[in-house]
Amino acid sequence: MPTPQLEARDLHKRFGRPGPAQVHAVRGVSLAIERGRCFGLLGPNGAGKTTTIEMLEGISAPDSGEVLFEGAPLGKLSRQHCGIQFQHTALPDYLTVREVLRFFAGLYESHAPIEELVERCRLSDFLDRDTHLLSGGQRQRVLLAVALVNRPRLLFLDEPTTGLDPQARRNFWELVREIKAAGTTVLLTTHYMEEAYELCDEIAIMDQGRIIAQGSPASLLKAHFDAVAVVLPASDYEIGAGKLSNLLSDLAPVPIREGLLEIQTTSVDRTLRAFIDAGVPLQRIRIREQTLEDLFLALTGKGLRA
Amino acid sequence: MKRRLERILAAWSARNREFVRDRSAMAWNFLFPILVVVGFAYAFSGGEQSLFKVGVLLPADRTLEQLRPTEPFLTTPQIQWVAIPGTEEPQARRQVARHGYDLLWSSSRYWVNPTSPKGQIVEKLLLASTPALPREPIQGEPIRYVDWLISGLLAMNMMFSALFGVGYTIVRYRKTGVLKRLKATPLTAAEFLIAQMASRLVLLVSVSTIVYAGSHALIRFRMQGSYLDLAVVLVLGALCLIALGLLVAARISSEEFAGGLLNLLSWPMIFLSGVWFSLDGAHPWVRAVAQVFPLTHVIDAARAIMTEGATLAQVSPQLWTLGALTAVFVALGAWSFRWE
Repeated sequence: MPTPQLEARDLHKRFGRPGPAQVHAVRGVSLAIERGRCFGLLGPNGAGKTTTIEMLEGISAPDSGEVLFEGAPLGKLSRQHCGIQFQHTALPDYLTVREVLRFFAGLYESHAPIEELVERCRLSDFLDRDTHLLSGGQRQRVLLAVALVNRPRLLFLDEPTTGLDPQARRNFWELVREIKAAGTTVLLTTHYMEEAYELCDEIAIMDQGRIIAQGSPASLLKAHFDAVAVVLPASDYEIGAGKLSNLLSDLAPVPIREGLLEIQTTSVDRTLRAFIDAGVPLQRIRIREQTLEDLFLALTGKGLRA
Repeated sequence: MKRRLERILAAWSARNREFVRDRSAMAWNFLFPILVVVGFAYAFSGGEQSLFKVGVLLPADRTLEQLRPTEPFLTTPQIQWVAIPGTEEPQARRQVARHGYDLLWSSSRYWVNPTSPKGQIVEKLLLASTPALPREPIQGEPIRYVDWLISGLLAMNMMFSALFGVGYTIVRYRKTGVLKRLKATPLTAAEFLIAQMASRLVLLVSVSTIVYAGSHALIRFRMQGSYLDLAVVLVLGALCLIALGLLVAARISSEEFAGGLLNLLSWPMIFLSGVWFSLDGAHPWVRAVAQVFPLTHVIDAARAIMTEGATLAQVSPQLWTLGALTAVFVALGAWSFRWE
């Protein structure tokens, strides 16, 4: 079996002095990321996600456990070959985009030509602009270019599209797909389930300092959900409610929002047939697959931004 | 080693560019000190202060107050009396030569500069009460206040630029996450700190040279010593003050706290390091406290070179002290430095 690009073994991290006030933020996280894969780390706020990723990046040290980059402890090798896009970071003041790229390029043994980064991250329109004058989307692309300056074998992206408009987000996804296609391993944290679904080959969901589920998005959904959701207005449901209880004894409608009901079913055919027999109008019925958001809620009991 | 130097050069170059782009900081660093020097030169060009200043060499274990009942001259009004320990006679005589004191008195003789008009007046007052006291003339040209002040202003400007330019910048880098980003690169903490020190040192040397040349062109102050010696003192002083800035910024991530701490350090130095007025005659504990400050040693050495033509050997005590303080500040700063 090939050595993983990054491996974490039983990571623990506590904050504060020993006692009741101490926070045990990460409680035995282990994971392995294969080369060339995109790995997503998801979890609600306070799940220990940022603490975990900072230990994986080498920014903070675990209290116990170890992190291996290509089989070796974090150190000179990992700093030389990892690229990091932090969630909150400033660029040096008063430097242009070109100067920032040159500065970071000068810190590595080998680096990508500036022109390559400019083309890859589409920076040519604002290459000579001061960094504090960039828009949110432009700034994220510059931060990505900085993370790619050393042609990293492993790229950390910590909530890279938070605060971007939908178009800028999709443009960013396209960049990440290109980076993946070039063989770079990516570790992504995000609040957007759609983003994880679009980009990640494998995801791990964290809650209360532990990984509570891990696998490909499709396999996780398959393992946790064997039903689809049928959504219809409560007023339509009420029309045939009396007959439906006789036709489908296991029907459990749940109000979701604005007068809508959601019914989980393992057989859409049987449910719709019962609706027709009971005289429920079908014009406004919607059937949707379970998403990662549903999985997340089911596993953690919390919304992503909770 | 080559890679290490390249990384330092990259960080050094980025910091220099940042400074050059920050127009307001540039203007503050270059124009403010020249304006202060010129402003003070004009403010004090309208004539000497009216008060006479006389140094009193104290015998061992005696105070000025204890001498007054038996020495009627020491009760003369309109004279500022400066009590000086007997051990500091050579320095006090130099002050007479430079018109710093109008007269130096001891119970056995007095020293006066015959070229000093105020010295002659004070001498007449002295002879009226003690005609038999032996006289020792001391020759020397007067030092204008601005000649005396210029070294203090150069050093004070260096101190502000070193403490706030380095300390505040690093704290801001830490607060905004720039340091965290740099931590994730191969740049080491030592390389980063060396780059910051080197960048600010180049800036301080450039600024001091321009301020010196600009001020000299406008007011022609005295320079008795070697420019090379003065450069050595200012470079060592700059390094020491930059290292103090690094030490302050080693861990703090709050700009407000850093600002308070830097002010807490800089203001006592401004008042007690001899920028504006001499500490001769100040209470011994004040003079002892002043010795703790690096600025005192920078100013003493620079002033001795500029006004007395002192050599590096003559200011070696100050140079050694600055060297030792720099080593302590760098060691403590590097040891306690945190990226986050």
